[in-house]
Amino acid sequence: MGMLVNLRDWIDARFPLTKMWEEHLSKYYAPKNFNFWYFFGSLALLVLVIQIVSGIFLTMNFKPSADDAFASVEYIMRDVNWGWLIRYIHSTGASAFFIVVYLHMFRGLLYGSYKGPRELIWIFGMMIYLALMAEAFFGYLLPWGQMSYWGAQVIISLFGAIPVIGDDLSLWIRGDYVISDITLNRFFALHVIAVPLVLIALVVVHILALHEVGSNNPDGVEIKKNKDENGIPLDGIPFHPYYSVKDIVGVVVFLMFFSVVVFFVPEGGGYFLEKPNFEPANSLKTPAHIAPVWYFTPYYAMLRAVTIDIGPLTAKFLGVIVMGAAVVILFFLPWLDKSPVKSIRYRGPIYKTMLTLFVVAFFMLGWLGTQAPTDTKTMMAQIGTVVYFAFFLGMPFYTRIDKTKPVPDRVTG
Amino acid sequence: MSGDGVDTSKRRFLTAAATVVGGIGAVYTAVPFLASWMPSERAKAAGAPVEADISKLEVGQMIRLQWRGKPVWILKRSEEMLAALPTLDARLRDPHSEEPQQPPYASNDLRSIKPEVLVLVGICTHLGCSPGFVPEAAPQPYDPEWKGGFFCPCHGSRFDLAGRVFQGVPAPLNLEVPPHKYISDTLILVGEDTGAA
Repeated sequence: MGMLVNLRDWIDARFPLTKMWEEHLSKYYAPKNFNFWYFFGSLALLVLVIQIVSGIFLTMNFKPSADDAFASVEYIMRDVNWGWLIRYIHSTGASAFFIVVYLHMFRGLLYGSYKGPRELIWIFGMMIYLALMAEAFFGYLLPWGQMSYWGAQVIISLFGAIPVIGDDLSLWIRGDYVISDITLNRFFALHVIAVPLVLIALVVVHILALHEVGSNNPDGVEIKKNKDENGIPLDGIPFHPYYSVKDIVGVVVFLMFFSVVVFFVPEGGGYFLEKPNFEPANSLKTPAHIAPVWYFTPYYAMLRAVTIDIGPLTAKFLGVIVMGAAVVILFFLPWLDKSPVKSIRYRGPIYKTMLTLFVVAFFMLGWLGTQAPTDTKTMMAQIGTVVYFAFFLGMPFYTRIDKTKPVPDRVTG
Repeated sequence: MSGDGVDTSKRRFLTAAATVVGGIGAVYTAVPFLASWMPSERAKAAGAPVEADISKLEVGQMIRLQWRGKPVWILKRSEEMLAALPTLDARLRDPHSEEPQQPPYASNDLRSIKPEVLVLVGICTHLGCSPGFVPEAAPQPYDPEWKGGFFCPCHGSRFDLAGRVFQGVPAPLNLEVPPHKYISDTLILVGEDTGAA
């Protein structure tokens, strides 16, 4: 024991080991009233680790070239020892990442976690979400299946809708006149090196900002306002061991669900791995029905919902604008919400109604994005798009007039 | 001169000058990295013209070939197909091909050099999918008055049998007619038109 203490002291004199341990774990005081919704932050971290580890092992057998990519994925699935498991972990992990992150973001909407003084945590979080979308998009081209190819073709063409520079910009992104070996190779570099580095850096600043301000909680009250004589929040408990142990329960339950998908339904009914992707990419033939993976479909439905030209602006350009605005508007959430309270527990009926409508619209758009376009479905997508934007753009007005309940001084448990 | 012998204004000037020069250097350093993303010389060379023999092309039949990695369609239209085209004008965005989506020699209502032979780049002008060929003049779920044409499965854009885009669909422009010329009566060169009719 003495030797271990000596070793710790030796390190502490050279590196802030104990200091960091205390600051972020054993003496980081989190509110004692965390509930179910607070599992998803740590789960997102777990999935990030799963993706990095499984991804590293996939690169050892994957070949990023148009001639070999599809075959090398089949080789991983059939011939590499346990290759099928590693790949299914990675492909399931992609969907799991978005499920966990969407629930984590929804928690923020429920309890007003984005409101001051946590605006920067929210913005870093949104940047993580953007990086995650880029990571998923680049990764999806790599198996070089039909859906990989045509999905990427559609998304890169979005940039072509930008006036004046659009065509050159999409040429620059592809590095060729169509998606080709060149595009695949650079997407591989971005997927395995560039974006993961950015993602990890953003996760670090997201957590640093959180630990600077302190966690919000289901009551939306600031626990730092009530401290004992030692300066410890009265409603706070140390993250370790209390929440580290709680989060382990979450991890076990999550891994049970995760394993069921990996071992029994790795294709997720065509939502996690789409059927046309079992055919090699063919630049001359678009699949009869193309849809992005489920986590992009709400935005895809909004893109397709725009069918009218306004003056010189074409429907194509406006669709891209609407799609981009749907993501960008999330960044402004802390400033759109004028409510005096944070948590849904003390908000009035208008916010509760709007949030419900928003969730319904988001699910509906998500479903519509997987469907082939018809007139009725396009109209439903248009309604969904209006509701989606009304939730945000109406917020400065309806959160002001909404009838809120008094917020208690201390957390209610 | 301040008390400790430091000339702060000179120091500030030197710091600013070093920052500006260093910044310009950093921008110039970025140029090769960004430019490395443009099509390489090999990618450019792969865009050579291709020949297509249409001597065995039946009326109503379409062949697909590849030029610059893109699908190119050559369709031999029937008399009925050609007759149906002018009836659609009111429902189209650009019926008379005023947008520069074709070379001058195809800038007519049929969008072709020879009336019956249509040459198109088979890439939707919306987001780059390749539309499907639906030649039958029969009611379709997306259009009860369908006279034959191309339907893009990705976002529901529709084009007639001259590649002209319908109104109320996401695609903004007619399908592109690539530069092409007839080497002989039955041999088409796609990708080059110098000295063409």
